[in-house]
Amino acid sequence: MKKSIFFGTLALSGIAAGAAAAGTLDDVKARGKLNCGVSTGLVGFAAPDANGNWDGFDVAVCRAVAVATLGDANAVEFVPTTGKTRFTALASGEVDMLARNTTWTFSRDVDLKFEFVGVNYYDGQGFMVPKDLGVSSAKDLDGATVCIQTGTTTELNLADFFRSNNISYEPVPIETNAEAQQQYLAGACDVYTTDASGLAATRATFENPGDHVLLPEIISKEPLGPLVRHGDSEWGDIVRWTLNAMITAEELGVTSANAGEMAGGTNNPEINRLLGSEGTLGEMLGLSADWAKNVIMSQGNYGEVFERNIGENTPIGLARGLNAQWTNGGLIYSPPFR
Amino acid sequence: MTTLTDPPKESFRLSMLIYDTRYRSMTIQVVAMFGFMLLAAWLINNTITNLNALGKPVEFGFLGEPASYDINQRLLDYTSRDTHLRASLLGLLNTLVVAALGCITATILGVLIGVLRLSNNWIVARIMTVYIEMFRNVPVLLWIVLVMAFLIEGLPAPREFRGDDATASMILNETVAITNRGVYVPEFLFSRPLGDISLLGTSSLRFDVSLELIVLVLVFAAGLYVSGRIGRYADRTQEQTGERPVVWYWRLAVVVIPFAIVSWMLGLHLGYPALKGFNFQGGTHLRNSLIALWLALSLYTAAFIAEIVRAGILAISKGQTEAAGALGLRPNRIMSLVVLPQALRVIIPPLISNYLNLTKNSSLAIAVGYMDITGTLGGITMNQTGRELESILLLMAVYLTISLSISVVMNWYNNKVKLVER
Amino acid sequence: MAEKSFVRMEMLPEQAPPASSVGVIGWVRANLFSSWFNSILTVISIYFIWRVLAGILPWVFLSVWDADSLAGCREVIAANWPGAESAEHACWAVINERWLQLLYGFYPPELYWRPNLAIILLFVALAPVLFADRVPRKLLYVTMVYPFLMPWLLWGGTIWGPLMAAAGFVIGFYVIKILSDEIGALSAMIVGVLATVTWWLGAGPAVADALSGTLPIGIEAVESRKFGGFMLSVLIGVVAIGVSLPIGIVLALGRQSDLLIVKGICVGFIEFIRGVPLITLLFVASTLLNIFLPPGTNFDIILRVMIMVTLFAAAYMAEVIRGGLAALPKGQYEGADSLGLDYWQSQRLIIMPQALKISIPGIVSTFIGIFKDTTLVSIIGLLDPLGLANAIRADAAWNGVYWELFAFIALLFFVFCFSMSRYSMYLERKLQTDHR
Repeated sequence: MKKSIFFGTLALSGIAAGAAAAGTLDDVKARGKLNCGVSTGLVGFAAPDANGNWDGFDVAVCRAVAVATLGDANAVEFVPTTGKTRFTALASGEVDMLARNTTWTFSRDVDLKFEFVGVNYYDGQGFMVPKDLGVSSAKDLDGATVCIQTGTTTELNLADFFRSNNISYEPVPIETNAEAQQQYLAGACDVYTTDASGLAATRATFENPGDHVLLPEIISKEPLGPLVRHGDSEWGDIVRWTLNAMITAEELGVTSANAGEMAGGTNNPEINRLLGSEGTLGEMLGLSADWAKNVIMSQGNYGEVFERNIGENTPIGLARGLNAQWTNGGLIYSPPFR
Repeated sequence: MTTLTDPPKESFRLSMLIYDTRYRSMTIQVVAMFGFMLLAAWLINNTITNLNALGKPVEFGFLGEPASYDINQRLLDYTSRDTHLRASLLGLLNTLVVAALGCITATILGVLIGVLRLSNNWIVARIMTVYIEMFRNVPVLLWIVLVMAFLIEGLPAPREFRGDDATASMILNETVAITNRGVYVPEFLFSRPLGDISLLGTSSLRFDVSLELIVLVLVFAAGLYVSGRIGRYADRTQEQTGERPVVWYWRLAVVVIPFAIVSWMLGLHLGYPALKGFNFQGGTHLRNSLIALWLALSLYTAAFIAEIVRAGILAISKGQTEAAGALGLRPNRIMSLVVLPQALRVIIPPLISNYLNLTKNSSLAIAVGYMDITGTLGGITMNQTGRELESILLLMAVYLTISLSISVVMNWYNNKVKLVER
Repeated sequence: MAEKSFVRMEMLPEQAPPASSVGVIGWVRANLFSSWFNSILTVISIYFIWRVLAGILPWVFLSVWDADSLAGCREVIAANWPGAESAEHACWAVINERWLQLLYGFYPPELYWRPNLAIILLFVALAPVLFADRVPRKLLYVTMVYPFLMPWLLWGGTIWGPLMAAAGFVIGFYVIKILSDEIGALSAMIVGVLATVTWWLGAGPAVADALSGTLPIGIEAVESRKFGGFMLSVLIGVVAIGVSLPIGIVLALGRQSDLLIVKGICVGFIEFIRGVPLITLLFVASTLLNIFLPPGTNFDIILRVMIMVTLFAAAYMAEVIRGGLAALPKGQYEGADSLGLDYWQSQRLIIMPQALKISIPGIVSTFIGIFKDTTLVSIIGLLDPLGLANAIRADAAWNGVYWELFAFIALLFFVFCFSMSRYSMYLERKLQTDHR
């Protein structure tokens, strides 16, 4: 007969591992691993491959923070979270940060006590319809059946949109993107609505992508970004400036290929400050001086990460659009490294 | 003067709490009680500390705020401006609907399959065995997902009904449309309605009762009552005279005729679904999610009920069947008059627990997007408001109430049909 | 007068039975076409079977095993079966590529021998319990060691942790043994339990730390987040059943007891757990358990799920064991009393061995139920086979596959549960003959 070994091991390992009250950075360093909450699977943003290695746009943010704090892009534990479990996982300290297509909203920032450290993808909720439906605007969708993913802000936006335009619809709530895709393709719903990036990614994997169109209306603002808990600003700073470092690197032309060389010193003082050959920015964060150089050499700058995971040369094929650098007419903009 | 045989007058010593069986049980109980309260206090204290640290004190005010999301399958009127409380109420009703439907079909299917498994037709008995093993040994969640996938992939989309070269058509004389968005069946409409009564005003628990429905139910009940009186009159006549007057057409007439007249006066007619715009309009729409959940739960539970029925039938000694056969009853009469009534006593207790399981399994509705109480209160509401503790406590309380109610009703019924043992 | 006898003096030679009641024809007539109703049923059944097989078999067998993505599958299908819809042929390539992941989750491939060994040892450990008449009693030692060996094999790390946990039991056992002569059984038991708990919470971890510092014996540690797939389901099921057995025994005894408060607590617990769906308990595990525990406590989601599933299993186990207790004839209780055994002695020596033996089929079917219910953890984001199926479908290469994945998972569950339910039926038959 088995004895209650479990409480034994619990007592030995589990409870002893408690006491998360110290700074998150110290915890992460003591653990030697970063716990990063990602989605359970979203094409291009986070998905495990056959060997269990996670890959994707959000995953790159996790890995960048792991490089900045621990110097190792593989020192990350990816914790798959659903729309339902993500906030509790972060609030309870199960994960150190969340990089999971999470929309920055007032109530999440203020009421749920989280801190959004920035935006890594500017998104908006769109609609996808089969071309042969002959619909050219979301306002023509009166009486349509709409597939939505539950547990997100999409269902609230959708209700508001149809209500304010005074047209009716039939919602079909669905748990996962894969499920929604199946229903949409089979014609169980006329329209699929989620973030435009998700729609594009989903459409790219269809047998005949050309048979489906994205409607012009974007009915919401969905700034997606990594977030951390309230109350540990030092840790928030690290995640924020890791993201900013990748953005700034793209703006300044620092790439994974030339970062090592540029770290030797350049004529541009901002590049020097970023890569640690001038000033003490890394030290201020409690990291090594070359933290940003390591991040960029390991993961690349923002543009490289974008192109590698969701850019136009990948099957997902997203254009930069709003997510171009501010210098190219986009919204991606990092405060200066000074 | 005292005698030596007198037992010494014992004074109470502290050690007697442990060694004396008279006090020991008391000691254990007090210790257990104390331990239990200590544990509860510890948990509550932790919870309060943690919640204060998170800045989320326990309060149920969020239930009064607008829910902001829509629910497709609903029994009462609801818009996205209604409160979370009303959304939860609709979810609760959806849970009850699918549980009730599931219990009924699972019982019918289960009895049928259980009896067929004992059939002397070899191939039928084998098919039923395969069915039972297949459904019992694969998780119900997987069945729900599979049935949903089957409905979505296997049935035609509404657009296939459209145009001259339609590949699908409505069945039953163009009255029922089976699509992969659900089944559209005709609905009852009244062309001369009496209106509704709104109960509970505009609160979250408000509901409308249609007057014509009340009238019809009353007329029907009155018809049944009169019919019963006629039946008793026939019984009395039979007892007194030995001859039973032929009254069955009277009994039928008093139920049907008034009902038909009142229905006609109210203008009862059927509203048929028709393809309009994106979807079928009109009629009653049973969503795919409801059908998938209902079907999967029924098929899954039916496999268990079939085994219970089979065990119940096998528990009846063969002598009963043989004696009934000796009396000249045909096999189906033996089954319905002799075996099943006796088997019922063995069947009912495990049947109750299967009903309970079905009700609890209906919480997996979330996998197919059916908005039951787990999907509303335990799903979107919890997710949007961030009130995990309150939502889950309420959710558990609701399920506990449902479970206990089913147990109470079923145990009462069980006691009623139980064999009175000598 | 010649007597005439109308009595036949010799037997007629035996005639062969009519051709219609023997052999294949006889069997067919008796079992398939005994009446017109049966004939109709037979014909319908055969048509039904043919329809199902005609639909499924081509899909299963005319399929693609080698491709690196769903698009690749579609190309092969278009090349091999011109004009066929891609849905008419299965794309087993996804299983071919991911079956190890579906079985082991993200467990490091070079360490697959550890879960494999754990499951083999599980059978060795269970053998003396399940096949008591066929295997040597010595194997019971494996059974006793297994609860400490299994976590060490799966999670790895230093060997001192499990050893010290086991030491807690040894300490408790000896404390009870030594003290029971001095201060009586009940107080000895209380002291023993207290000693064990103190060891676990205080001295044990310290000693384990010290020993692993000086004598680092251990194997590579694997975090529970790496657990997934079928292995996770089995693990949750086995741990829940194993741990819930002792808890279930205590609850069942509590429910049977005359002590009103103890009984009330046990009944309340059992009915509460049985009255709510498992999914709500899993919600508790995923969102609330950390709130109930002291601030800062944080163990990972798989441990939390195991705790809640164990509590769930314990309530069902208690009812199974209560059934076993109720099935024992009253004479056994009275016999134990008349021998002068106290409550615990009679439970340990007379009642429990018999009650547990009767309960084994019930325990097995509870295990099957729990094992099937482990699929619910996919709803709270754990990567069990169903959760992994979703993750695989989120991979750009396999986006759009589902029947193949679900069929494979269903087959795995079916094989596992079916063999266990057969075993439980075999046991039931064996136990029945024992009792009649």
